[in-house]
Amino acid sequence: MFLFAQEVTDMLSQPWPWYVSGALIVLVMQLLVFNGKSFGVSASMRAACSAMGAGKSVSFFDFDWKGSQGWNMLFITGAAIGGFISMQFLSGDEAMDIGSKTMEYVKSIGFSEPEVADNGKTMLLPKEYNDPNFVFSAKGLFILIFGGFLIGFGARYAGGCTSGHAISGLSQLQIPSLIAVIGFFIGGLTMTYFILPLLFGA
Amino acid sequence: MKFVKYLGLGLLFGMVMTKSEAVSWYRIQEMFLFDSFHMYGIIGSAVVLGIITTALIKALNLQTFKGEEIKFHPKNMSVPRYLIGGIIFGLGWSMTGACPGPMYTLLGQGYWAVLIIIASALVGTYLYGALRSKLPH
Repeated sequence: MFLFAQEVTDMLSQPWPWYVSGALIVLVMQLLVFNGKSFGVSASMRAACSAMGAGKSVSFFDFDWKGSQGWNMLFITGAAIGGFISMQFLSGDEAMDIGSKTMEYVKSIGFSEPEVADNGKTMLLPKEYNDPNFVFSAKGLFILIFGGFLIGFGARYAGGCTSGHAISGLSQLQIPSLIAVIGFFIGGLTMTYFILPLLFGA
Repeated sequence: MKFVKYLGLGLLFGMVMTKSEAVSWYRIQEMFLFDSFHMYGIIGSAVVLGIITTALIKALNLQTFKGEEIKFHPKNMSVPRYLIGGIIFGLGWSMTGACPGPMYTLLGQGYWAVLIIIASALVGTYLYGALRSKLPH
């Protein structure tokens, strides 16, 4: 019994294949649908603004966030706990295996290659993200603050993010979602191929 | 019960996104560099399965667990809104290597710097709300 549990844990500790991930994401999305909800994480940010009182100054945030999006606040809390549990109990112990082109690119814009954390666990972000010297440098603050701003502004402008448009919207064959996803890639490719190398390239 | 249900679905989502490395900054860069099939496999298989299951829900007239009609709300048609908004989002997605779902999952993993991304994303959301009437939709 113990051996079996150990085997299951070992299996779960490997990176999960893409098709397992795709299938489970759809399971989550459709379970939300069967609960009368619509899968879309960025809508929770509108609700968070409303919860913090933004409805007093801007009518866009003046809505019943608890009634319509309270479930989403629970969902993102769960997403954070899911991250914690996987990292604590199901983490791999090897550095991520990434493509050679990506490895070169990452170094060219001044980030470290994938590493293992001091506690022996796989790190999914460059070690710079845990380094105050980077985070509070001009480069770090620019990336985190300006990048975060673009995510929040763009997601609401487009009426959704990866979950709401790329997964949920495309599953419903919605043309607006297809346009949004094309936009995601125009923006993403421009940042990756032109802006980041221009700003931070060696 | 409701409390546990959505917390549980979020938890499953966070675990899946972590264990398939879809929350990884490296995987996002790899995706935009077309250097790996992984992210396209995740999004692609989710979309294909999503299309099939959504079509089945419609064809079989399935109801919610509470026995209500399942409604899919068509989004209002527009090009500038989705294209401009989408481009702005995409710039931020590549710049930080994170999108809204993964932000929270990464925070749970202990990457405290992601708090800065979340805070500024909330500011961005607020500013969109404030400028909404002046933007092309």
